[in-house]
Amino acid sequence: MPEVLLAEYQIKRLEVLNEKGEADPELLPDLSEAQMWRLYELMLLARIFDERAVALQREGRIGTYPPIRGQEAAQVGSAFALTQKDWLFPSFREMGAHLTLGYPIPQLLQYWGGDERAQKVPPELNIFPFCVAVGSQIPHAAGAALAARYRRDPVAVVTYFGDGATSKGDFHEAMNLAGVFNLPLVFICQNNQWAISIPLKGQTASATLAQKAVAYGFEGVQVDGNDVFAVYRATRQAVEKARNGAGPTFIECLTYRMADHTTADDAGRYRSSEEVSFWAARDPILRLERFLEGRGLWSPEKREEVAAQATAIVDAGVAAMEASAPPAAGELFDEVLATLSPRQAGQRKVR
Amino acid sequence: MAQLNMVQAINQALSQEMARDDRVLLLGEDVGRDGGVFRVTEGLLERFGRERVLDTPLCESGIMGAAIGMAAYGLRPVLEIQFLGFTYSAFEQLFAHAARLRSRSRGRYSCPLVVRTPYGGGIKAPELHEESTEALFCQIPGLKVVVPSGPYVAKGLLLAALRDPDPVLFLEPTRLYRLLREEVPEEEYLVELGRARVARPGSSVTVVAWGSMLERVLKAVEGYDAEVLDLLTLNPFDSEAIIKSVQKTGRLVIVHEAAKTCGFGAEIAATVAEEAILHLRAPILRVTAPDVPVPLAKLIDHYLPDGQQIRSALDQVLQY
Repeated sequence: MPEVLLAEYQIKRLEVLNEKGEADPELLPDLSEAQMWRLYELMLLARIFDERAVALQREGRIGTYPPIRGQEAAQVGSAFALTQKDWLFPSFREMGAHLTLGYPIPQLLQYWGGDERAQKVPPELNIFPFCVAVGSQIPHAAGAALAARYRRDPVAVVTYFGDGATSKGDFHEAMNLAGVFNLPLVFICQNNQWAISIPLKGQTASATLAQKAVAYGFEGVQVDGNDVFAVYRATRQAVEKARNGAGPTFIECLTYRMADHTTADDAGRYRSSEEVSFWAARDPILRLERFLEGRGLWSPEKREEVAAQATAIVDAGVAAMEASAPPAAGELFDEVLATLSPRQAGQRKVR
Repeated sequence: MAQLNMVQAINQALSQEMARDDRVLLLGEDVGRDGGVFRVTEGLLERFGRERVLDTPLCESGIMGAAIGMAAYGLRPVLEIQFLGFTYSAFEQLFAHAARLRSRSRGRYSCPLVVRTPYGGGIKAPELHEESTEALFCQIPGLKVVVPSGPYVAKGLLLAALRDPDPVLFLEPTRLYRLLREEVPEEEYLVELGRARVARPGSSVTVVAWGSMLERVLKAVEGYDAEVLDLLTLNPFDSEAIIKSVQKTGRLVIVHEAAKTCGFGAEIAATVAEEAILHLRAPILRVTAPDVPVPLAKLIDHYLPDGQQIRSALDQVLQY
């Protein structure tokens, strides 16, 4: 008997904006100039926030911090396609998404300063706490998507994770659940090509991460993660698809972690400065500036203005974070359970 | 009043709560069409439909995680893990997320889910089907651990667990599923979590047990003036009831089918040593399984505590 071809697959890569800042007019998303400018403001805010957070750690004013430098387009562009009603299950390196959705800056800094009160997400947002155990947040998103569908809520559920997480069982179990139950779920993989010291090729033998979705029976797409318009376009499509009950999507944002894994890491131990320079030249902010300049919207002076505004916002956030009183010992016990056990209540009393 | 076994009592509790509260959904492997491997969820798919009773793929960590997301969203998922030994792959979800979500989010999210799982030995099942590692789960602040010992308390405890605002691990002693029948009221009733029950009053020695060991203890103590406490909830456990009984009897024997070292008996013994040592007239004794992996059927009778070991411990503390 002849062998029969059972399946073939194709993986597409979406690019809208090239490195010179030239956009494909067919693919350019339907955004007003004001919205495009807002994307720029948010990406610059994310960059300045990130630089400040690293500086604060170096000065001993917050604890270990995982920089997002280089991933601004992937984070801002994807979160810009969401509403505050959508549910978001982040890992720990998506502060650009938090900033885009309006998460209070003092709380973001407070968290990295070691204050758990920062994880009390404001009521208008449906963002889950930062998830440090890699990939373990992904099944939560599958459950929230099941619940949203049960409640007939027209929301999308989005989960963020990195390339390292795609090696974990929870990623695969959640992808499988999403496929089996056809969930309104968008998987956004920030493929920054490094999981601490392990490069992508040490993480997977697959040619792309996007193709992993094929095995689970739904669409996977790779986008240029340093192209904010490509990220936005792909996310918006996926979110609309989810809201319309048309099932899950996996989006691989191919980007680059320009900084160390965390402030406790030294990436110079395991990767070359040439590689870092290569990607620095592909800075997502630079690319958007070139595009905006071509449209007569951007100038170095305008950048200074936007940077000054962002710096003022971050300054205010730092001041508010540092002005907040430290948690009292009783906070250890707050919210451990709806009602403390007699033993816990006794332990609380003597602290 | 109907005579029900534990499978029927649990089924009735689930059915009644699902009818009362549309936030309650069941999920797990084979819980729908098959009614669960022990048939505990039999008939619920037919009654409540596929939206409320979800047959899931085979992925304990994934479905534990999904249940957490459902609970945070506002539902009250009930997850069946087929055997306690299969929760190990979902341990991270239970420990790092279910038990901590309320705390980590400072109350913005909570995780009112119930994980039901058969546990314990003596059913001639394959490896990892007879585990009794309940103590592992008792060192997880934020997670409640409940162990019924018969049909009546199983229904009332499960209804209380289903209405609890925090995650509950509900360990169902497999050996008792169809062993005992009791009168179980048709109407709803709650057995409060965190409270022990005096299963048999007595005055010369206190015996603390839970789950399938309770049945064995009650048989073993015949002829002794022993007070038997059925713990029912392991975390938080009713230390007050134990102290009160020990103050009366002056002697304490703890019986559990889990291995001895760091078993839950150690916590009880330490608590009594801290709070009631001057009332003791004899050393606290533990009758437990040895510190070895749970064996298969041919060796299980050498592993599980038996009536003779229990009586020997009673004799020892009474003659001390």
